[in-house]
Amino acid sequence: MSKTRDIKRRIRSVSNTMQLTKAMKMVSAAKMRRATDSIVAARPFAHNMRDVLRSLAARADAETHPLLQVTGTEKVELLVVTGDKGLCGSFNTNINKTAHNFIKSEQAKGERVFDLHAVGKRGVEYFRRRDVTIHKAWIDVLRQVEFATAKEIASDMMERYVTGELDAIYLVYNEFKSAISQHPVVERLLPIEPIEPAEGETTEDYIYEPGPEALLNTLLRRHVEVQVHTALLESVAAEHAARMTAMDSASRNAGDLIDRLTLHMNRVRQAAITTEIIEVVSGAQALG
Amino acid sequence: MIPDKIELEIVTPERKVLSEMVDSVVIPGSQGYLGVLPGHTPLLTGLMIGELSYIQGGKEHVLAVSQGYAEVLRGKVSVLAERCEKAEEIDVERAENAKKRAEEVLKRKDVPMDDFRRAELSIQRAITRMQARKHGLG
Repeated sequence: MSKTRDIKRRIRSVSNTMQLTKAMKMVSAAKMRRATDSIVAARPFAHNMRDVLRSLAARADAETHPLLQVTGTEKVELLVVTGDKGLCGSFNTNINKTAHNFIKSEQAKGERVFDLHAVGKRGVEYFRRRDVTIHKAWIDVLRQVEFATAKEIASDMMERYVTGELDAIYLVYNEFKSAISQHPVVERLLPIEPIEPAEGETTEDYIYEPGPEALLNTLLRRHVEVQVHTALLESVAAEHAARMTAMDSASRNAGDLIDRLTLHMNRVRQAAITTEIIEVVSGAQALG
Repeated sequence: MIPDKIELEIVTPERKVLSEMVDSVVIPGSQGYLGVLPGHTPLLTGLMIGELSYIQGGKEHVLAVSQGYAEVLRGKVSVLAERCEKAEEIDVERAENAKKRAEEVLKRKDVPMDDFRRAELSIQRAITRMQARKHGLG
């Protein structure tokens, strides 16, 4: 009898866990929707800015700007975006591994010094245990992604890039493809990829206040800030999506486990009853 | 043919603030306030911290904007601002608190140059917000 009681207790504990994972799945789904909304809301700004940059590049001498200059390849910085929390499948592991592999493969190419801007507790913890310097750790900024955060990160990087402290900066983050797929990507942030000048607009009369060069400077800086902001937003949406998928399969596994345990319990109970009947019958026979 | 309305679009990195057909716009450009009427020459300007106002159907609307730029094309004005609030969305109490905090910083003598600048900007933003609210609703 005690055995069925043990199994019953396990079933209860598994179904409690299932309730938890189900709730987490719902919460992540809602959060993911909010995160994708903010990605969509951020798009017009980025689009519009790219257009303006391109039309400006057609008129101002963009190539000589310090943020577009390739100065070297030796001192590299990565902005690694992970999450603050776990329970989201391979989301954090994938990013950390991608970043680590990138560092290793770059180091194989020659003398390289790396340091990190690590966003998210998981990345900070991973790299703290390995021999990679963390220049700055950003924890607890992802719950509500603000443009000001992206700006702060970006200006720190641009400052050090312009003074020659860094030669190149890359972004490593999870790109939000859809609710069921997220991809780790590595993107170069600085030096900025040359901007394609817009075509066929150069004839138009255009007033610039202040001059085109000064405007280009502020625009390029904002462009970098927007890229960091986008990476943060994408990563947050991807994190919620990953957690949702992970919790969904956890709930499904819990369901399977409950079914198996219930079956097992019934078998055990049946066996116990059968044994009892046999005992009664053979007892009666012995008397007869 | 000069159109009689301009399409005004204001976006921030976080959201699209508004997109409307309006009669005229006044932009706080980095070199000073400038008015835009339909048919204006194409123009690109930086923004300073200030009030952006537009007239729609005889009624004036005011917004507080800071940092960004505005592009004027034929028949369209796009404003890309880092921060932008409509007069009715402005939280005056918050602006007043921000102003007080920044004034505290300016009173101290040992603040680093960066913090000093930041405090100055923050005061400017707070004052602009309060004024925009007053002008927009008054």
